[in-house]
Amino acid sequence: MKPLITAQGLSVHYALRGGLIGPAPLVRAVENVTIEIAPGSFFGLVGESGSGKTTLGRAMLRAAPISKGNVLFDDGEVEYSLKNLGKKDLKDYRKRAQLIFQDPYAALSPRMTVRDIIAEPLEVMRLTKSRAETDERVREIAAKCRLNVEHLRRFPHAFSGGQRQRISIARALVSGPKFIVADESVAALDVSIQADVLNLLKAIQEEMGLTFLFISHDLSVVAHVCDHVAVMYLGRLVETAPTRALFSAPRHPYTQALLSAIPSLDPDDRGKAQKLEGEIPSPTNPPPGCKFQTRCPHAIDRCRVEEPILEAAGTQHNVACHKWQELSRRS
Amino acid sequence: MSRLIDVENLTLQFDTDEGRITAVDDVSFSLEAGEVMGLVGESGSGKSVTAKSLMKLNPRNAIYGPATNITLHLDDGPVDVMSLQTDHDMKIVRGGSISLIFQEPMASFAPAISIGDQMVEQLLIHTSFSPTQAKELSIEMLDRVGISDANTRFGQYAFELSGGMRQRAMIAMALSTKPRLLIADEPTTALDVTIQAQVIDLMKDIVSEFGMGIIFITHDLGVIAQTADTVAVMYLGRLVEHGSVRDVIRRPAHPYTRGLLAALPTLDDIDAPLTPIPGDIPSPLERPSGCVYNTRCQEVLGRRCAREVPTFSNVSADHTAACHLHDSESGSL
Repeated sequence: MKPLITAQGLSVHYALRGGLIGPAPLVRAVENVTIEIAPGSFFGLVGESGSGKTTLGRAMLRAAPISKGNVLFDDGEVEYSLKNLGKKDLKDYRKRAQLIFQDPYAALSPRMTVRDIIAEPLEVMRLTKSRAETDERVREIAAKCRLNVEHLRRFPHAFSGGQRQRISIARALVSGPKFIVADESVAALDVSIQADVLNLLKAIQEEMGLTFLFISHDLSVVAHVCDHVAVMYLGRLVETAPTRALFSAPRHPYTQALLSAIPSLDPDDRGKAQKLEGEIPSPTNPPPGCKFQTRCPHAIDRCRVEEPILEAAGTQHNVACHKWQELSRRS
Repeated sequence: MSRLIDVENLTLQFDTDEGRITAVDDVSFSLEAGEVMGLVGESGSGKSVTAKSLMKLNPRNAIYGPATNITLHLDDGPVDVMSLQTDHDMKIVRGGSISLIFQEPMASFAPAISIGDQMVEQLLIHTSFSPTQAKELSIEMLDRVGISDANTRFGQYAFELSGGMRQRAMIAMALSTKPRLLIADEPTTALDVTIQAQVIDLMKDIVSEFGMGIIFITHDLGVIAQTADTVAVMYLGRLVEHGSVRDVIRRPAHPYTRGLLAALPTLDDIDAPLTPIPGDIPSPLERPSGCVYNTRCQEVLGRRCAREVPTFSNVSADHTAACHLHDSESGSL
């Protein structure tokens, strides 16, 4: 199947304000990332803060500058190359690709009714011809997100975190998008509400045939909802695999460490976690060679000079590590 | 182990424009020295308010129930926290015998004062150290919590430190006054898992070294399983279950605790469906009568749950739950 959206050698660089001498330092937020997301997929993107996952998600929405490489979108109706998208096409792309934010408290204007919040994209993009049509569309999408007509008249302050997130979801869906980036969309929610919102996202995805890029730092959540996962570290893709393969046989030492750091629900597992020392380096001053070498327990001299590239480690399973074969033989 | 704190019948209400809100409703528990108690519950369950009440750190509109009794057992005798009135007396608990660390370390440090100056300041208030001694101790504490180059970090500002580093500095600061009780309010929630694992390790080392009691507030049951000795589960201001970490996580007795565990994604079975607790947590202005959980409970026993507030009954030794399912007198129902 043709991918819905493809990042080809995508890099996003930001220039920091320069010092007095020399050129401005460059933050390589995303560096040479290639991923393909199949239509109807729930694609997970994981990594620590500073790994570049949000920037990658935004670049795929054309909300971050594409410095190198390209992002291609093909939903069967239109084909876009995001690097050079005209004004008119960009407007059309906004309709087809949408974002759900992390914080449902900050994302909704307190001065607008829920109806106006959900209707705003339709009005801004002029997708409906009359107010009646807008209302009809808003009611339809609100019902899908389990909001009733009574809710539409109220203001966001009257809603709980879970309800607010359902409002954000309704707003993202109202323009009839094909591709949704959900950036930490359940991170601020309590577990019970989180489960509810995740179930809703899955149900909507199946019903409307959507494709999700699900950005999260929580691997247990990703394991439960995603069918494919990509792991990022310091702007690079270090491993990508179908969910089951990634969680049953993680190949990259970073993925292994991330999995092992998740606190187990078994009190007798204490102290079994494989601990990662130190912190993610600054993207303005990344280490040479493999970006993970400063924290990797298996690093050898080669890792300190030569950056590993993604290679196949199984069906649809790719890993960027010089030692993955040796390490997987050992385990 | 010796008893560190007794909380009896803690009730706390707030007067607001919309009416009087009950934030904590008749909560009782005790903590031993060296014990780590996890305090779990959803947002709005009253866990932070409960913990802050132990140092009377609540806004002016807070009204404590008349039966509330909090006793802190210190080396030189018990302290009745409720009777502390003046700011001077309050220093016994605030930052003295009890320290508090917050979720967001960026918001807890003053941005325009160096980390070191803030650490020294509180030592000068709470101890009889000279400024030089206070500085030495602060640097030693920074070093102890695993901050490399503590001398340099001492002179830096909060924005110059990463999230994990700031949380370590916060812990160093909270521990430098050698408190008997540490209240950690979601200390790892804002951190990445790898850093969270480091901070959890650090806190465990601290307990074994200093023998202090810790109240660990979190919504993450995994973190609780890895750190706590005992767990107290709160819902809408009430304590609903209390017991050893193994009992509560492996044999949860209250339907709410069972609901929390069923909603949690785990890596053991990634195909298992996530089951949310039906409905939303009710507004504190509309507290349900009877058992506060009866409006969402899936094991509700008919009208009795909506009428009668369940009392605590023992499920096993050291494991209690407030649910009519476990009422000893109701027998087989």
